[in-house]
Amino acid sequence: MVMFWVVVLILSSLIYVLLDGSDLGVGILFGLTHDETRRAAVMGAVSPIWDGNETWLVVAGVVLWGAFPVVYATLFSAFYLPLLLMLAGLILRGVAFEYRHRAERMRWLWDLGFAGGSLVAAFIQGLIVGALVEGLRVTNGQYTGGPFGWLSTFAVLCGLGLCIGYSLLGACWLVGKCEAEIRDAAYRLIPYLAGGLLVFLVVVFAYALAEHLRVMARWLDRPYLLLFPAIGTIAALVAARSVRLRRDGIPFTMVALIFAAAFGTLAISFWPYMIPFSITISQAAAPPSSLAFIFWFAGIIVFPLMLLYTAISLTVFRGKVRSTGGPY
Amino acid sequence: MSQMNTTTLLLSRLQFAFTVSFHIIFPSFTIGLAAWLAVLEALHLWTGRPAYRLVFEFWLKIFGVAFGLGVVSGIVMAFQFGSNWSVLARMSGPIQGPLLLYETFTAFALEASFFGILLFGRSRVVPWFYLLSTAMVALGTTLSAFWIMVNNSWMQVPVGYVIKHSQFVPDSWAKIIFSPVLWVRFPHMLLASYLTGAVCVAATGAWYLLRRVFTAEARIMLRMGLALAAVLLPLQLVFGHLNGEYIVHHQPSKMAAIEARWHDEKPASEVLLAWPDVRNQRNLFAITLPSPLGSLIDSDSLSAGEVGLTSIAPENRPPVLIPFLSFRIMVGCWLVMLLIAWRGSYLIHKGHIEQSRRMLWATFFSFPLPFIATLTGWFTAEVGRQPWVVYGVLRTAEATTPFLTTGSVLVSLLVFCIVYILIFVFGILYIYRILRAGPEGRLVLPTARAVPNRPMSVLDDHAGVPLARQAPAGE
Repeated sequence: MVMFWVVVLILSSLIYVLLDGSDLGVGILFGLTHDETRRAAVMGAVSPIWDGNETWLVVAGVVLWGAFPVVYATLFSAFYLPLLLMLAGLILRGVAFEYRHRAERMRWLWDLGFAGGSLVAAFIQGLIVGALVEGLRVTNGQYTGGPFGWLSTFAVLCGLGLCIGYSLLGACWLVGKCEAEIRDAAYRLIPYLAGGLLVFLVVVFAYALAEHLRVMARWLDRPYLLLFPAIGTIAALVAARSVRLRRDGIPFTMVALIFAAAFGTLAISFWPYMIPFSITISQAAAPPSSLAFIFWFAGIIVFPLMLLYTAISLTVFRGKVRSTGGPY
Repeated sequence: MSQMNTTTLLLSRLQFAFTVSFHIIFPSFTIGLAAWLAVLEALHLWTGRPAYRLVFEFWLKIFGVAFGLGVVSGIVMAFQFGSNWSVLARMSGPIQGPLLLYETFTAFALEASFFGILLFGRSRVVPWFYLLSTAMVALGTTLSAFWIMVNNSWMQVPVGYVIKHSQFVPDSWAKIIFSPVLWVRFPHMLLASYLTGAVCVAATGAWYLLRRVFTAEARIMLRMGLALAAVLLPLQLVFGHLNGEYIVHHQPSKMAAIEARWHDEKPASEVLLAWPDVRNQRNLFAITLPSPLGSLIDSDSLSAGEVGLTSIAPENRPPVLIPFLSFRIMVGCWLVMLLIAWRGSYLIHKGHIEQSRRMLWATFFSFPLPFIATLTGWFTAEVGRQPWVVYGVLRTAEATTPFLTTGSVLVSLLVFCIVYILIFVFGILYIYRILRAGPEGRLVLPTARAVPNRPMSVLDDHAGVPLARQAPAGE
């Protein structure tokens, strides 16, 4: 039953990263456009789905609390300030979807909130992952790193990297969703973003080697982990080809695959830790009476329904958005 | 405890109080509104009167904005247990975590699935299915409230657990979910939500009648709102009283604070109004009903003894001023609403409420009362539980994240204040604009714009549709 909830947690977080990652990326790219009709179309490409995407963050959060309360308590308090900024960013970008249309003189504020909020949220998520890879200072199951224990060059680097990564995901989303100028502009951006991401990966790798991060040792111990980077590389090649040939539907799927591969790499290289390298899955698991209570209804009945619903929602909104009108 | 820790604790408590008070305003409104929408849709199907449909479409727009603000501010709550109250989150995680998981899974699943249909699917589904969707959204909001009340009731009167490895480990979920305390508190909260919806709807109707606009729809709002309030308010008194019974039983310290009862009394008198002088443990300017009325009110008995604050160990005493005053404000709001609802319903029955502008003004100005009553009711319940976060077993002071710094909490409190005030002011402005524009702002439904899972998007339609601009709204 612990394993079931590990899988649910991994799935929920991955769904969150792929879906909300793209619309956070679209939000970042929104900041690069200035023309009003383009801005409306860019926003329209994510407005029907962003809210559903964000619920997966809450799902991942409550799965943590319900099934792994120790991790929930440790992480959320250790990342106090970053999470605060992320929440503020998510709130501002969330209300921007609704408020910017009706604002007259205040539109600049909601535009700023949308682009800025998306950027901050993306940066913080990368930062948190980076800090986790480096390892938090935990003594006797208690976080002891202080209010800025998560702050390091590596974490900041990962924050920047995720901003680029989400932007790439967002650009591919726009390619799939938009037509004409926006699609073409997104196509032009993709090589730069992909190049930026590649540079980032190289730097991170070099840094990890130079600093002897513990994660590196796990990779050398477990060569089968290389399967994931291999998948990522193949996906990147396919994506590059589809961008050259202007096949609108393919880049997003391929970049999503790259993200899934990176996610899988992280998950397996953390294994069996939930907070590397201090709290393991079994140490973190809630007592059996709690796990059984959530398994028998929420887990095996409601969770599949939620997956099904997300699939239906994405199917309903597949295809292109007309760039002339508002959202759909 | 050092000076710095006390400040941090205080700031964390302030932040929780601020964010949760902000949050509760929206769900308490939308739970009632969702139920009211379901009733309207049923009436529309049953009678075929277009006015019901117009009123439905109108309140659906308001529901969208309020629901969105409730969702956004609710996410913050889900984070805050872990960030500021990590000891609580860790210890009670095995119980509170699964309950919140159920809230997210069951309520989100329902709301997400049926909200899109509610907002954009009218032309795509058959009428009975649309009604079903409305009912499912109402059920979703109610379920959400249910799980939150299970959670909070467990913190008020913890049951069904054993302590293992310094965690509260559930040993009987049945005891937790069928706790008698929950089953008087959950109806109390539901009734509060229904009353909030009813009073806001009636106030809106009264406002239109005063302005002599949208009279047909306004009459429906006024009549239904006041009638529902007139019926529910006495029922709310019954459940309020039952809440008092559990408090007497399980939380004597809270009861002593609510009643500003300083010494044990048998039988007890009842302090109606006073200014509790905490330092000298007495009441100033007290208007007191003689014994045994206090015993009668608190324990349904002419002879029962009631606990006074001085017989509770000083370190276990709750603050007195807030529970005492906020309880009285809540009851006062209830009384004013009762007078308005009964008098108004009587005038409607006689057929001359529209001639009585004073009554219409009174109804209009009553709209803040249910919100104030809900907030003060929660202040009573939560402050009265202090110094415990889980009553009798875990102190609030021990539940906070130990390594949190004053600076961090100060920053977060400021950020929340700024962001919430910003989104609140604009949210209220937009709700006001919809209210001002009235039920005829939109007559044509968009057809192919199903946007499930995105509550507030119903408003976006107007942005592009010039029709909305023709409404008599002052931009």
